[in-house]
Amino acid sequence: MADPILAVANLEVVYDDVVLVLRGLSLTVPEGAVVALLGANGAGKTTLLRAVTGLLGPHRGRITKGSVAVAGVDVTGADPADVVRRGVAQVMEGRRVFAELTVEENLRVGAHTRRARALVKESLERVFDLFPVLAARRGSVAGYLSGGEQQMLAIGRALMAAPRLLLLDEPSLGLAPRLVAQVRDIIAEINAQGTSVLLVEQNAVMALSIADHGYVLEVGSVVRDGPAADLLADADIREFYLGAPADGERRSFAEVKSYRRKKRWSA
Amino acid sequence: MTALLQNVFAGLSLGCTYALVALGFVVIYKATGVINFAQGGLLALGAYLGYTFSTSLAMAFAVAVVLACLAAAVAGAAVERIVLRRMVGQPPFAVIMITIGLLFVIEPVITAIWGFENLQVTNPWNIDTVTVGGLVLGVRDLWTIGLTAAAVVGFFLFFRHSDFGLAMRATAFDPEAALAQGISARRVYAVSWAIAAALAALAGITLAAGPGGLSPSIGFIALAAFPAMILGGVDSPTGAVLGGLVIGLVEALTRGYQDHLFAWAGDNVSVIVPYLIMILILLVRPYGLLGTRDVRRI
Ligand SMILES: Nc1ncnc2c1ncn2[C@@H]1O[C@H](COP(=O)(O)OP(=O)(O)OP(=O)(O)O)[C@@H](O)[C@H]1O
Ligand SMILES: [Mg+2]
Repeated sequence: MADPILAVANLEVVYDDVVLVLRGLSLTVPEGAVVALLGANGAGKTTLLRAVTGLLGPHRGRITKGSVAVAGVDVTGADPADVVRRGVAQVMEGRRVFAELTVEENLRVGAHTRRARALVKESLERVFDLFPVLAARRGSVAGYLSGGEQQMLAIGRALMAAPRLLLLDEPSLGLAPRLVAQVRDIIAEINAQGTSVLLVEQNAVMALSIADHGYVLEVGSVVRDGPAADLLADADIREFYLGAPADGERRSFAEVKSYRRKKRWSA
Repeated sequence: MTALLQNVFAGLSLGCTYALVALGFVVIYKATGVINFAQGGLLALGAYLGYTFSTSLAMAFAVAVVLACLAAAVAGAAVERIVLRRMVGQPPFAVIMITIGLLFVIEPVITAIWGFENLQVTNPWNIDTVTVGGLVLGVRDLWTIGLTAAAVVGFFLFFRHSDFGLAMRATAFDPEAALAQGISARRVYAVSWAIAAALAALAGITLAAGPGGLSPSIGFIALAAFPAMILGGVDSPTGAVLGGLVIGLVEALTRGYQDHLFAWAGDNVSVIVPYLIMILILLVRPYGLLGTRDVRRI
């Protein structure tokens, strides 16, 4: 079998040399797949993405055990730029668009590691095809876009790196149901065009509806995984993500928190 | 009227020096969040390198200027790489203390190499003047203004339009998000220091070619670029240039008229005016004329 696009094995991550946040986490994204990563606040989802993309440094975090491989190449603890060059792009939690730059400049930054101008231009056209709203506002300063438009821009910016694997950290967060559906369709479209996807979500219904496979994370390790359809049908998952209504709207942070106290996944 | 214009001209020339140094402050601040107190040291270093190339090695002055700026840029990047990189993640306070320490290291290095005496930099401008409509304009001042304008335009073209300038702006806005795009923060830091050092060197050489000549205290002029930076806004390159020109103008005009207006205050009012402006600005508009409101002073 070919190497998976992403293979995380037994990963341990520590912040500030004391806080153990990932505890032997293993996860695989097969080439061409959409994999959903579910888990409550603080489970370690963002930390996993940071560990993959080499962004633990600014958070005083460190991989203390285990490995990360992209398409069979070990990138454990690699430089963020190396990881991007290996074909991994990330849409960070909270969008993090460069609010002072224009839409087009944001997209150009996304292509920072690429040299072939013709190909970059091609990617730009592709992003504008995918997000006509960005094409219409290419000259506007990103800070003036709506939340939904900023999410599109963050996704578009990641696509400018021409990634083989796209990591998305809660792209539906704070979006109205109509926009959540739009984001989901776009992720499906990106995947259909050949990019593998690791989708971090608290909106389990939305994520599992497009994923092939799902993982459930709790306090830093995987407590469940399986085909997305199985997870979606699972009564426990439904219960845990209670309130994830059919239209995919996310419950409030407080609800998640209080629910988390009532019920835990780990055996 | 002629006297006024004469003072304005002197102020522009002085303001250009401040603008170059202030722009360097801002470039480093934007990229790294640190105010580089060693800027005056880099200015002095650039000026002395200019002296070596132009006078000791008798190179053509234009070549000497370019070489000195390049050498200063290399020195700036080296300082960043060797000293400041180790400080990444340390509190800004500690890093700022390091830059102050650097300032005090650079000075003895300079006196050890070039000595204490006042040196004359061989330059084609001398004390020549041209007279335009009754105004006597120093050739050196004209060149200072012209070279500053060229450097500032070059900087803004690079900063606003080049790919690396874009990467610098992205890093300034959100370092982690920039890192996530594959931008090398280290390279951005090093280039910022190189640019700031080259700008300071240009200021140093044009200054050293002037009536004051070249002495180890030349770096002190960078102190007056401080008010320029505060006035314009510590994170605004445009503000730095504007602030530099305004401070230069105000200082020169005060000097021109202080005998009439401030006779009671002695003849050094012009020297303190920039700092008075700085204090005033900090009181009423701490983020400066063009700065971002949420910049916190350290
Ligand atoms: N820089 C840091 N230093 C110390 N602890 C941290 C740091 N960042 C995160 N943590 C801790 O690590 C744990 C996992 O955080 P992480 O952000 O990865 O969770 P998450 O699953 O992404 O949560 P959310 O759904 O809220 O985004 C949390 O307990 C958090 O408090
Ligand atoms: Mg998170």
